[in-house]
Amino acid sequence: MADLSRTVAIVGVAESDEIGRIEKSNLQLHAEAAYNALEDAGLKMKDINGLMTAGTSTINLGEYLGVQPMFTDTTAVGGSSFIIHIAHAMAAINAGYCDTILVTHGEAGRSARSRMGFNASDPGPQYETPYGFIGAPINYAMAARRYMHIYGDDFTRQGMAEVAVATRKWANLNPKAYMQAQDMSFDDYHDSRWISWPFHLFDCCLVTDAGGAYIITTAERARDLPKKPVYVLGAGEGHDHGILSQMPDLTRTWARNSGPAAMKMAGVTHDDIDLAMIYDSFTYTVLATLESLGFCGSGEAPDFVKDQRTAPGGNFAMNTSGGGLSYTHSGMYGMFLVLEAVRQLRGETGERQIDNPKLSLVHGTGGSLSSTGTVILGVD
Amino acid sequence: MTSDYKKPIPVPQVESDQYWQKAKEKELWLRKCNACNQPYFYPRDISPCCFSRDTTWIQASGKATLFTYGIVQRAPHPGFVADVPFVTAIVELEEGPIMATNIVMEDPTPEKLQVGMALEVVFEDITDTIALPKFKPA
Repeated sequence: MADLSRTVAIVGVAESDEIGRIEKSNLQLHAEAAYNALEDAGLKMKDINGLMTAGTSTINLGEYLGVQPMFTDTTAVGGSSFIIHIAHAMAAINAGYCDTILVTHGEAGRSARSRMGFNASDPGPQYETPYGFIGAPINYAMAARRYMHIYGDDFTRQGMAEVAVATRKWANLNPKAYMQAQDMSFDDYHDSRWISWPFHLFDCCLVTDAGGAYIITTAERARDLPKKPVYVLGAGEGHDHGILSQMPDLTRTWARNSGPAAMKMAGVTHDDIDLAMIYDSFTYTVLATLESLGFCGSGEAPDFVKDQRTAPGGNFAMNTSGGGLSYTHSGMYGMFLVLEAVRQLRGETGERQIDNPKLSLVHGTGGSLSSTGTVILGVD
Repeated sequence: MTSDYKKPIPVPQVESDQYWQKAKEKELWLRKCNACNQPYFYPRDISPCCFSRDTTWIQASGKATLFTYGIVQRAPHPGFVADVPFVTAIVELEEGPIMATNIVMEDPTPEKLQVGMALEVVFEDITDTIALPKFKPA
């Protein structure tokens, strides 16, 4: 494979004007985020010649935004899509299809006035949906139950609680976080109501309305723009099933492949990572992902995160925005992992800023633990 | 078999007509790859194990073990409101394949549901043409 490491950089990032609980359409959220990301990058829409998204087709998005791109990509494999888009953008720019790509996300996860229906001929609507396998909490809870069976109920529960509480502490430091003003103790976690056993409410991500966008261009062009370039050093992606009941191993995600691929391309190891942005649709998603990425062995994640190791002041900085659990989660959360990694690497995150980070691993999970995308981002 | 059934209803496809017809007759049928001698779920004409067209149908015993489960406390859809708490489960059939289902049980608790427990298939008629394979403790 051609060595594409450091050939492209993220030069602009932004959310929609507001995130949380707002009455706007999906495309409104896309557009606001695009506007704000262009401003952050010091670019104009006429500079954009590539367009990518998930959740709607780029033909709808391009028309709405007034963009007629020479490169278009609607890779839509769930919440990981916006991580995978980084790799596809890198490939497209290096292949010469375009030089500056806008990637947007917008989802009124809470306030949408209409929702997409099921495609009856897909496997899910025939073999899972009739049984109430509807929505991520029910599906992911069954994967978590399998993990608990293998590694122990109390041991796993404590790991899930550590993640929920540590992530909330980061959200308390983020003015944009939906749960910024609400503390969470371990008792709060254990006392929160059941959604789908073994998941408490506080094992589950938020459901918010939010848009986000980033802009990728050549490393050469990035150096002439106002913000510090955040280079793409490595990337990996893939999937091993679609519906939950077809997952080969409910305790291991495709991160086992996308993570090593991204780290190999970047020429880095686990110890080099200053900031881990790990898709936290659920507390369990984090445990399974840390193991699959190789930060620890199988069955070791609850120990890895114990004693609030991932909280502010801990020695493993993770999900410093407050994550999908406590900052925002519109449905396909991956976009927001990228925004936080870029801002931390630029040193723009105020009270929650970690000390001079150079490398961030950004990892998305989509579907029913189905797809993953991992990228390594870095600054000089 | 009631017209006020409000949960999602599967729509059989050409490749799954036999699966649903047999379910209506209270039988569980699987596709099997002759090249690998391996049964698989869900039904499709070309096998997912080695992408062979040499496939057939077999009748499953209806015996299974509990692979994992969840106890749903918050209905994910209006049709399930009267059912909570109910058990979503993944079961391992005696023939090897894994499938999604419900465990039919009054007042489910984690104590009543042991991973690995023996199960047997039951069929719930939901329309004039569709019956859902579900499982109960054997």
